[in-house]
Amino acid sequence: MTNQEAALQSAAGGTTTEPPLVASSDQADQRTGVPAQPKDSAPVSTAKADSYELIIEPGRAERNYWRDLYRYRELFYILAWRDVAVRYKQTAIGAAWAVIRPFLTMVIFTVIFGRVAKLPTEGDAPYPLLVLAGMLPWTLFSTALGEASSSLVNNANLITKVYFPRIIVPTATVVVSFVDFLISLVLVAGVMAYYRFAPGWQIATLPVFLLLALLASLGPGLYLTALNVKYRDFRFIIPFVVQFGLYVSPVGYSSSVIPQKWRLLYSLNPVVGVIDGFRWCLLAGQSELYWPGFALSTAVLVLFLWLGISKFRSMERGFADII
Amino acid sequence: MSDVIIRAEGLGKSYRINHNAPREGYVALRDVLSRQGRVLWDTARGTRRQESPAKFEEFWALRDVAFEIKLGEAVGIIGHNGAGKSTLLKILSRITEPTRGRVTLRGRTASLLEVGTGFHPELTGRENIFLNGAILGMGRAEIRRKFDEIVAFAEIEKFLDTPVKRYSSGMYVRLAFSVAAHIDPEILIVDEVLAVGDLDFQKRCLVKMATFATGGRTVLFVSHNVVAIRRLCSRCMMLRAGVVEADGSAASTVSQYLTSDASASGEISWPDGKANPGETQFGFLRARLLDEQLQSAATFYDSDNLRVELTYRLTRPLGNSRVGFLVSTSDGVAIFETYDTDRLPDLQSRPAGVSTVTCELPLSALMPGRYIVSLNAGIPDVRNLAYVEGALRFDLQASSARRFDVHVSRAGAMNPHATWSTQCDA
Repeated sequence: MTNQEAALQSAAGGTTTEPPLVASSDQADQRTGVPAQPKDSAPVSTAKADSYELIIEPGRAERNYWRDLYRYRELFYILAWRDVAVRYKQTAIGAAWAVIRPFLTMVIFTVIFGRVAKLPTEGDAPYPLLVLAGMLPWTLFSTALGEASSSLVNNANLITKVYFPRIIVPTATVVVSFVDFLISLVLVAGVMAYYRFAPGWQIATLPVFLLLALLASLGPGLYLTALNVKYRDFRFIIPFVVQFGLYVSPVGYSSSVIPQKWRLLYSLNPVVGVIDGFRWCLLAGQSELYWPGFALSTAVLVLFLWLGISKFRSMERGFADII
Repeated sequence: MSDVIIRAEGLGKSYRINHNAPREGYVALRDVLSRQGRVLWDTARGTRRQESPAKFEEFWALRDVAFEIKLGEAVGIIGHNGAGKSTLLKILSRITEPTRGRVTLRGRTASLLEVGTGFHPELTGRENIFLNGAILGMGRAEIRRKFDEIVAFAEIEKFLDTPVKRYSSGMYVRLAFSVAAHIDPEILIVDEVLAVGDLDFQKRCLVKMATFATGGRTVLFVSHNVVAIRRLCSRCMMLRAGVVEADGSAASTVSQYLTSDASASGEISWPDGKANPGETQFGFLRARLLDEQLQSAATFYDSDNLRVELTYRLTRPLGNSRVGFLVSTSDGVAIFETYDTDRLPDLQSRPAGVSTVTCELPLSALMPGRYIVSLNAGIPDVRNLAYVEGALRFDLQASSARRFDVHVSRAGAMNPHATWSTQCDA
């Protein structure tokens, strides 16, 4: 009961009009003279119970939102765990899928962009590795976007039956794509070993770019999931966005092939910054990071994230009524 | 220090109803875009008509609801479909926010709007216990502590590591209820979860809830099942059109509820099959009480036979199930229930489409008075499909064949045909 308790306590902290009244189960026993549940079975609930007061009124949930979110973190873990567990149970080849898919795409992209179109690689990094370094964040982005945007509708039964900060649901699904990503890192290691390509010190910054990739997918993901609750045909837009994005993002090619004068405009796509960052970090200095573009991409990413969160927050209260 | 645990003040909730919108809550972007496109087109051609008056209508599902509930009280909330019960429940569980007013809850609160919320068919029983427990607000440590108890109560030890999709429906419901039964809050808000799984299961739930209520906890029980409310609650509030219409002892509120829309009625129909909103597979279409001439009637003599005719529609074939009704007195005391499968060796599978079942039974064993017929359909121990409280009412009158003093204030609802004999030893 720790989540609930904590959430209640947080609400109690927000009230100033009335003194918090005590309603612990100890007192309940004295008052009614009826013994409650055996004490030893619930030491937590009795020990912690000194004052819980929850006030429900219009706009109240808004004020304690971020604190509530923290209190419900355990639900976040368990929903994320559920999504991961279900994902690997439902597919016959399970985790292998997270390796096979990027591997095949890597082969195809290398043939088409590297051999047929003869696009240049960065420095003397092998072309497959260049593709892979772009594809991992792209796959993370696109699956996270897809999963997040349908998450609320898929969990409609939870939304209409239990209270919790709704943002937990799309955020938890993003964890699934994160786990996929970690598995496909195995592929990167394999390809690096095959080409005897040693990563540099830059690889230590991988977590930073990983976080960036997650945030990049969360922004649009939250925006789309909120709209998807209201406009059910929004889900048809997502595959299109993903397909379109694959071509305007430097997945199969290096972003250095973009003419310099267009580079800044190109960087308005937040995924460009993420992918460039990944290449810089995985290709051991073979890839130059174009800083102005990276900064612009990151700024757009933050803007999208802010837009996504505020759109989600503004629609969140109505979810249970319209889902 | 007051011992008021739940206080609601001026609580109101309004919904906007869009009369243009389809019945589903959501709209399609396509429609919005095409409407906008039409407006643009009309404007461009200068033929834009006056904007039609707003098609939105404000609907108050709850209006100015106020009440106080004290520590240790078990309070029932009763009302017909659409009276605002579910809305009140959703506000108290924080699923939706009130439009105005406020509620203060003092104590750890858990609401049980459904058993098995969030159960995932692919996960094992063990995994689902943790998942469902977390959703109901239990921490991992707490679930671990109660784990054995939950498993024992559900009687599923052997299947703990089997995905629940392979469970029989009965096992599934037992597990779901077992998790719910082990939450241990100070305030428990319960919806008609008791209506799932039919009567045997409901009895177990009631016993569990009764122990909870006597444990010094506060229970708020929302239902339109008057029998359950009478058994469980000491106090009962009645909602009607979003307003608290009655608040008093369970017995008095229940009888007011049952006589509220009061005249005897021997026929009722739901052309849209929405007798029980939320259930899509099964819907009662019509229920009638028929007299000897097979005309619908609401007054019967105790020498007559009562015929109850139930018409229902199934959108998909349904497995082992039963359809029937419950007869209770006007103050909500259940007298008997009967189902179309009672004389059959087994429950029945039913085809999709419209079917009619008819039951004929003698009335001679009942006391004259007002009786209430509630329709019920379900899969025993698994799932309740439809429960329509007080669908029909009839008046039973004593026929002249019986002595008139029979119905002058005698206790009880039964009037069995008792044969007396006297022997005098002089």
